[in-house]
Amino acid sequence: MTANPPSAELATPDPLLSVRDLSVRFDTAEGPVHAVDGVSFDLKAGEILGLVGESGCGKSTLARAILRLVEPRAGSISLAGSDITHLSRRQLRGVRRQVQMVFQDPYSSLAPRWTVAELLTEPLVIHGVGDRAERRRHVGDLLDKVGLPADAAQRYPHEFSGGQRQRLGIARALALDPRLVVLDEPVSALDVSVQAQILNLLVELQRQSDIAFLFISHDLSVVEYLSDRVAVMYLGQIVEIADRDSLWRHPSHPYTRALLQAIPGNPPPSADDALKIEGDLPSPIAPPPGCRFHTRCPYAEQRCRIDNPALRTVAPGHQAACHLMRLS
Amino acid sequence: MAFPDSLILSADGTGSHPRFALLRRLLRRPSALCGLVLMAAILAMAVLAHPLYPDDPLDMVAAPFLHPGTDAAFPLGSDMLGRDLAAGIFHGARISLLIGVVAALVSLVIGIGIGALSGYYGGRIDAGLMRLTELFQTIPPFLFSLAIVAILQPSIATITGAIGITAWPGLARLVRAEVLKLRHSELVEASISLGASDARIILLHILPNVLAPIVVSASILVASAILSESSLAFLGLGDPNVVSWGGMVGAGREVIRTDWYVATIPGIAILAAVLALNLLGDGLNDALNRKGQRR
Ligand SMILES: Nc1ncnc2c1ncn2[C@@H]1O[C@H](COP(=O)(O)OP(=O)(O)O)[C@@H](O)[C@H]1O
Ligand code: SF4
Ligand SMILES: [Mg+2]
Repeated sequence: MTANPPSAELATPDPLLSVRDLSVRFDTAEGPVHAVDGVSFDLKAGEILGLVGESGCGKSTLARAILRLVEPRAGSISLAGSDITHLSRRQLRGVRRQVQMVFQDPYSSLAPRWTVAELLTEPLVIHGVGDRAERRRHVGDLLDKVGLPADAAQRYPHEFSGGQRQRLGIARALALDPRLVVLDEPVSALDVSVQAQILNLLVELQRQSDIAFLFISHDLSVVEYLSDRVAVMYLGQIVEIADRDSLWRHPSHPYTRALLQAIPGNPPPSADDALKIEGDLPSPIAPPPGCRFHTRCPYAEQRCRIDNPALRTVAPGHQAACHLMRLS
Repeated sequence: MAFPDSLILSADGTGSHPRFALLRRLLRRPSALCGLVLMAAILAMAVLAHPLYPDDPLDMVAAPFLHPGTDAAFPLGSDMLGRDLAAGIFHGARISLLIGVVAALVSLVIGIGIGALSGYYGGRIDAGLMRLTELFQTIPPFLFSLAIVAILQPSIATITGAIGITAWPGLARLVRAEVLKLRHSELVEASISLGASDARIILLHILPNVLAPIVVSASILVASAILSESSLAFLGLGDPNVVSWGGMVGAGREVIRTDWYVATIPGIAILAAVLALNLLGDGLNDALNRKGQRR
């Protein structure tokens, strides 16, 4: 009997989503906005990657670039090993079955004059899935999956509360059984108590299948709650990416540490470590040279103003971009 | 009310069926109601023209210059050739409405098509289509249609076409602006990420949300088409085989000092139709915009 050594391919399967050096620039009257600037990360099948950062740091733009809703200026996006960066709109339509999106404001992404049944069957109609009876049954299944009553099917989006509407948005994103769902601030517009319900729903849905989530929020405590891995974004760049626990216990980037300390009931380990980020996010039109965080970083020194630190591995599966990184 | 109870909504129109809410809001506005009643009357005249006046309204059937009210058989009197003015008004309603509605439809199709493509695709398509629109806008639409009709010979088809093909640029710009607003909305991005085709997105997700300004423009387009047709006929560029309100005014113009009613009666008909459609357009604008705010 020949023991099969684990092949290299099996050991490191292609990530579901692979983003490399992705940049998105908007040309505006004030000048080019470097909304996303050289972002790279991988997302494995069945994984929840949290993406966190202040409002305006480029999270939505990154999400929209992954869905090819905005054209990247440079870099590549691969889905299950195949490059989708340059597919035409027509070619993309097949790919779209596998990647779906949930928006922050479910009301503005759900056609107001359509019934829930019409909204939830639309993805099936577009991709020619099932006949009428099958589609109707599918609507029932989807409503059940996201915890809405079956009689919701005949109602209109405005008849639902914010949390219920977000359940509708999630149900529609799940209609085609995608492999990846990008959720852009799906709970940011909701009351805290409702946020928890939606987060629990997402955790449960993810446990039932091997679906992967890219979960975006400006709130680290929300991201921390459900993510396997967390990426921290600052001014268009990822400054730290790590497994959730590793990030929580050993945050390496001063910005991550400040975000963690800003979570209520999460005091700094010692007074020396107390960190507070002051001032506004600099403009992405003229980002600071060197480390983009140096204008707000209490540890900034001369080289920070000249050299932009690259992401370096601090621990297995843990990378951060800071010149003064404390290796743990 | 004539609606089944289940479709009647709460007083502020926030019930579950938006279409009926709109009608109710419209009917609650006195000016819109006025427009609706006037329009219904003109429509009734058009429908009743043949049953009531089966003969050609251009026939001479009475003594000339019969003043209104002097002969019960000819309630609106007769003109200088002894043609029945009432028959002319009724048949004229048919022609005015026909040309008005069809010309407006032509403008709507062109205007919505160009506006939607321009706003949705942007870039070079937008630049090209907007150049075309500007070209059309440099010539006053009425003079443009006048020239077309004069060259092609007046007939119902050429008049309708000439009015329809010159009246769309304003609508195209309006639709383009509205589509542009929606182009990068979450509604459209959600559809794109579902994999919907461009046609599906434009027809099912964008245009229904632009319906309010389109409906309002449509009523104004019909009104201005009726006015243009009347003006063409007044200038002698009407279809010679059919009676037209504008043509009747034109004919009565020469005798306005002695027999004022010959020009005035069809003039009032034109005024009523144009006023009715403008009132309706205004009412729709108010009713639809309130709904827009709720969104
Ligand atoms: N369509 C656009 N045109 C110009 N600038 C944009 C556009 N979309 C986003 N931006 C700019 O890009 C930056 C990142 O925005 P966004 O991705 O929405 O950030 P976030 O989702 O993290 O709040 C912001 O400065 C924003 O103003
Ligand atoms: S590189 Fe310098 S400025 Fe940037 S985070 Fe590290 S210490 Fe602060
Ligand atoms: Mg955002």
